[in-house]
Amino acid sequence: MGLKLKALTKSPWVFHVSAGSCNNCDIEILDCLCPRFDIERFGALLVGSVRHADALLVTGAMNRKSAMRVKKLYDQAPKPCLVLAIGTCACDQGIFRGSYALTTPLDELLPGAVTAYVPGCPPKPEAIISGLVKALQTLQDK
Amino acid sequence: MTANFFIALLRFLIFPGLLFTAVVGLVMSWLDRKVTARVQWRVGPPFLQPFYDIVKLLGKEVIVPAGGSRMAFLGAPLVGLAGATLAATLIGTAAIYGGGGGFRGDIIILLYLLVLPSLAVILGGAASKNPLASVGASREMKLLMGYELPFILVMLVPIIQSGGMLSLGNLLSFQAQHGSFAASLSGVVALVAVLPCLQAKLALVPFDQAEAETEIMGGALIEYSGAPLAVFKLTKAMMLFTAPMFLVVVLWGGFGQTLGSALLGIGKYVALLVLVILLRNTNPRVKIKHAVRFFWGPVTALALIAVLLALVGV
Repeated sequence: MGLKLKALTKSPWVFHVSAGSCNNCDIEILDCLCPRFDIERFGALLVGSVRHADALLVTGAMNRKSAMRVKKLYDQAPKPCLVLAIGTCACDQGIFRGSYALTTPLDELLPGAVTAYVPGCPPKPEAIISGLVKALQTLQDK
Repeated sequence: MTANFFIALLRFLIFPGLLFTAVVGLVMSWLDRKVTARVQWRVGPPFLQPFYDIVKLLGKEVIVPAGGSRMAFLGAPLVGLAGATLAATLIGTAAIYGGGGGFRGDIIILLYLLVLPSLAVILGGAASKNPLASVGASREMKLLMGYELPFILVMLVPIIQSGGMLSLGNLLSFQAQHGSFAASLSGVVALVAVLPCLQAKLALVPFDQAEAETEIMGGALIEYSGAPLAVFKLTKAMMLFTAPMFLVVVLWGGFGQTLGSALLGIGKYVALLVLVILLRNTNPRVKIKHAVRFFWGPVTALALIAVLLALVGV
């Protein structure tokens, strides 16, 4: 494993993409940064600009308005960039599947980009951290 | 001639310039994050975290925004880095070699060099063609005009007290003979007045309006990615070393020549830094107009009092 890759796995800065979620997954993501879980222990920071991001945490079922913005944000992120689908809605559209307001699921919108799926409504912070760790592991295997 | 040139180059690139300042600055930025985490009852990042961050950013893709000025956008971080490095070199050389390390008027040059990192943020933000970056750049400019006035006034105090000495080396030897300026009344007032200026120079809360992460998404740095962002982060870390060091040397007696006084000097620097970190963690970000009003009002008044006291001779 090269130095570049090792540094990337040691400092995954995350960017929070809320694509029309009900806010529960968003709160659980923020819980990861709070004292009980504190993902800064692993070098992860919540960044304000997508240009600084190494991982996009996408929540929500992506309606027609937000889908194109998610695609745009992914294109704006500097590569290599991980994409994590946080919550059942982001994974497979959950109970909103088949709704007239939705387009395609996240992994069809960004083919090949989604590295980890974290199901749950909302997923526990432990699950989100586990998803991030697994996503970083796939990076090491490459 | 060539030997002198190589010594100067070594001082600039290795010790006490780029390499040394970068390593110490990154360690200090770890201290900043760790103390912040402990204040918030978190565990905080591991010791090597700032180094991982810089290496990672160097390996990432560099994006230049369409329509932005490519040269200014990529050149600005280097301007800031060069300014911070040169300032660290001058301060470190004077601190180590005493009177022999500086030259007449280097304190004035240092005042200019310490502005360069902020100027680089303004330049880079304005070159990126992003409205939020423009907001950040404009705020940085206002903040700069706000805190530079009391900062320069405070720098008059040691010059007046020493009877017009304009070189860091001479100021240090003067302090070695007559005791540090911070021991006098005007020196204490000056140190109190310069503390908020230091906070603003390091762009830390409550004066981080230009980079407000939660408000304007990184402000002037919003469009930066990869290596240029790494250079900005490095410059900021180096300023964490350079700016408090400048105050320790100019106002607080420096490092002396013996081991004991050197340790005392390092203790002063760490004390100043921890004070800055605690201020950052116990204050909210203020609006830019309040920041400017604060600097041009009470802080400038305090700095003026310090200058008057120095003129009277206490």
